[in-house]
Amino acid sequence: MAIKDYIRERFFPHIWCPGCGHGTVMNSLLRALESLGMSRNEIVMVSGIGCSSRISGYVDFHTLHTIHGRALAFATGVKLSRPELNLIVPMGDGDALAIGGNHFIHAARRNIDITAIVMNNRIYGMTGGQFSPLSGYGTMATTAPYSNIDHAFDTVELAIAAGATFVARSTSYHVKQLSKILRDAILHEGFSVVEVLSQCPTYFGRKNRAGSAVDMMEQYKNDTTPIGSKAKKENPDLIERGIFVQKEMPEYCREYDKIIEKAMKGN
Amino acid sequence: MKENIKFIQGNEACVEGALYAGLEFFAGYPITPSTEIAELMSYRLPQKGCRFIQMEDEIASMSAIIGASLTGHKVMTATSGPGFSLMQEALGYAVMAEIPCVIVNVQRGGPSTGIPTHVSQGDVNQARWGTHGDHAIVTLTASNHQDVFAMTVEGFNIAETYRTPVILLFDEVIGHMRERLVVPEEGEIPLVERLRTSVSEGVDYHPYLPREDGRLPMSDFGGVHRYNVTGLFHDMWGFPSDNPQVVHDLLRHLVDKINNNVNQITNFKSYYLDDAESVLISYGSSARSALHVVELLRPRGERIGLLELQTLWPFPDQLVRRTCEHAKHVIVVEMNMGQILQEVRRVVDQPRKVFLANRIDGVFITPRDIRNIMRLVQGKGV
Amino acid sequence: MERCRIVFSGSGGQGVITASIILAEAAVLYESMTAVQSQYYGPEARGGATRSDVIISYTQINYPKVIQPNVLVCLTQQAYNKFYPIIRPGGLLITDSRFVKIEKKVDARHKELPMYRTVMDQIGKPIVFNICMLGAVTMLADLVKPESIMKVLETRIPSGFLEMNSRALALGFKLAEEYKS
Repeated sequence: MAIKDYIRERFFPHIWCPGCGHGTVMNSLLRALESLGMSRNEIVMVSGIGCSSRISGYVDFHTLHTIHGRALAFATGVKLSRPELNLIVPMGDGDALAIGGNHFIHAARRNIDITAIVMNNRIYGMTGGQFSPLSGYGTMATTAPYSNIDHAFDTVELAIAAGATFVARSTSYHVKQLSKILRDAILHEGFSVVEVLSQCPTYFGRKNRAGSAVDMMEQYKNDTTPIGSKAKKENPDLIERGIFVQKEMPEYCREYDKIIEKAMKGN
Repeated sequence: MKENIKFIQGNEACVEGALYAGLEFFAGYPITPSTEIAELMSYRLPQKGCRFIQMEDEIASMSAIIGASLTGHKVMTATSGPGFSLMQEALGYAVMAEIPCVIVNVQRGGPSTGIPTHVSQGDVNQARWGTHGDHAIVTLTASNHQDVFAMTVEGFNIAETYRTPVILLFDEVIGHMRERLVVPEEGEIPLVERLRTSVSEGVDYHPYLPREDGRLPMSDFGGVHRYNVTGLFHDMWGFPSDNPQVVHDLLRHLVDKINNNVNQITNFKSYYLDDAESVLISYGSSARSALHVVELLRPRGERIGLLELQTLWPFPDQLVRRTCEHAKHVIVVEMNMGQILQEVRRVVDQPRKVFLANRIDGVFITPRDIRNIMRLVQGKGV
Repeated sequence: MERCRIVFSGSGGQGVITASIILAEAAVLYESMTAVQSQYYGPEARGGATRSDVIISYTQINYPKVIQPNVLVCLTQQAYNKFYPIIRPGGLLITDSRFVKIEKKVDARHKELPMYRTVMDQIGKPIVFNICMLGAVTMLADLVKPESIMKVLETRIPSGFLEMNSRALALGFKLAEEYKS
């Protein structure tokens, strides 16, 4: 199936700003799905609210555009009631880790087979540039006009600590790696978290003098490094990319099947 | 003993009703006084190959059942006041996206954490207007276990018929007390099943285009029709739209599909109303005390009757107006500051003949409480 | 009696509520009577005062709580002190002699039974104290047939503990016989 068949062309042009990284993330995701040869009928995409969440409108799957922060909870209901479906949940950093932080850690703890994509642009874009839990100390935002004193989560560490069995990070610059990681995440049976650094030149970029979209992608290129690289040892400030965790653990829906078996036996 | 006769709590009767109606998925979070519903669901659902999940909070519970409903299952969650507050946003989503689901609120005293183990009926208006924005909603209640069962089944039937969330507004007294329930035979109460589209694969399917009879056939997630579901105003394909005509038509549709069917949705019971000069109007556990008073005074020659409301929302305006037409006085019996009283006053011709007999201290209203008010109303003093 | 209102009171963990449910269930399931049971909830799971109301009747029961019990059972001093004033004049008050010291005269028949002591002497397990009490109350108040209670026990109690429970129930019946007059 061609990439084009995975999108709802009639809903284009999309709402994302020129230079936004989210379109690139969608592109990498669709390529991953194409390489897996997945049927559109077996994919359910659930999203919340924010720029990133609009992705669900543009893809031709079963799409559920929900309320702010709750996408993973809706997705849990879809998945547990029909475990044979593939669940993909794209979220923004605020959506996933501020308002949705509780659902994020609990979905990870259950190890339910859902692929969570955290499209991290370090800002609330749709509401016009407020700081998010991933903006980080010292950044500027419309709600941090004197500079931000909130510290950022490390999405990867948080996901690992919460029990996610597949945890990875990439960027909108490293599209091939991203596509491969998303493919592995979808294939992984269990809760997968992929953090994607995705530039917001309109708000984060302007507020923080990060330059154009191209400059910001350049930064992703220069400021990141593969996990465990020599460069990281020399420069600990570099952000690591790649798969941090990939382990086999009992998946939630399969575990529930065992509960059903037990209950039906009358135990 | 017959197998189908049970001596159980109201919360358990609700579970029996839900299973009878074909419930397949339950998500919930523990909260007094509704917890027994979740406990029993976790035991019973997997026995029939269905699924229960304890979520991280009530927001997640409400969200999860919406997700599960979209895969074609009958779904439910249960909570009490504080949890019901948390569910409101997702409840509005279910209204907007027209998702069949049933939400049980076993009421306790509020506001806030309130008085968790004591009874109240303070969430009547929250059920109506708890979620933001104009909308219509269906809320049912019951005063005994046989009716808890019946209204639970009715709740699922209405949810499927009108593609809407339905709230079952029970209370602590009904939820916790034990009494007899006779589980009806299969087929004794008709069930409404999910209406699925007959549109075949490859043909354009409109999830939000009502048929001539007003019903909207659904297509399960995972099926051959891929469409969008959103809480934004949307067109007949489910795609966001801010076209004024689309916005107007959708809101009208959401409200009209309930309000134009008040008579079909209204459930009630009447006792000795034909010649009643004193009309009591009550619902839920309060109706038991009201009925106690009526049964006590009728043999003494008092022309007193009871209208027990089982559908609270949409409010049965005409039924209440007709019932009160010839009454000398009307006394609304409820355990709040007069939430249904306001409705009754709104619809009757002489609002000044409507009085409130209430109790708001966490104690179940007694027949004596009601009689005291009646004597005052009748000018007999206390 | 057309309608009997019973209040069981004691402290959490004594099995007061369980006993009251067994009684009401026996009436509904095996004697075709109407019954309701309700209890007063506090935040604590153990300790604290417990109260369970049961109404057994041949006709429909609307108001489900008990205001003036025909039968009042008190298994702790605290419960007795709190509830003895509500007993219906001419009713039946049943207390356990180990736990309750009678302080006031009430306008009721009063039976002070050594239920706890008997259970400890003859069975040695406090866990069936409530079943012994249930036996005594059922017999003294003439509420339901003994075999109806037994039938409920058979469905509720794991088979390994059934024998002990039925012995406790019999002890209660016997105590009631002894103290009947």
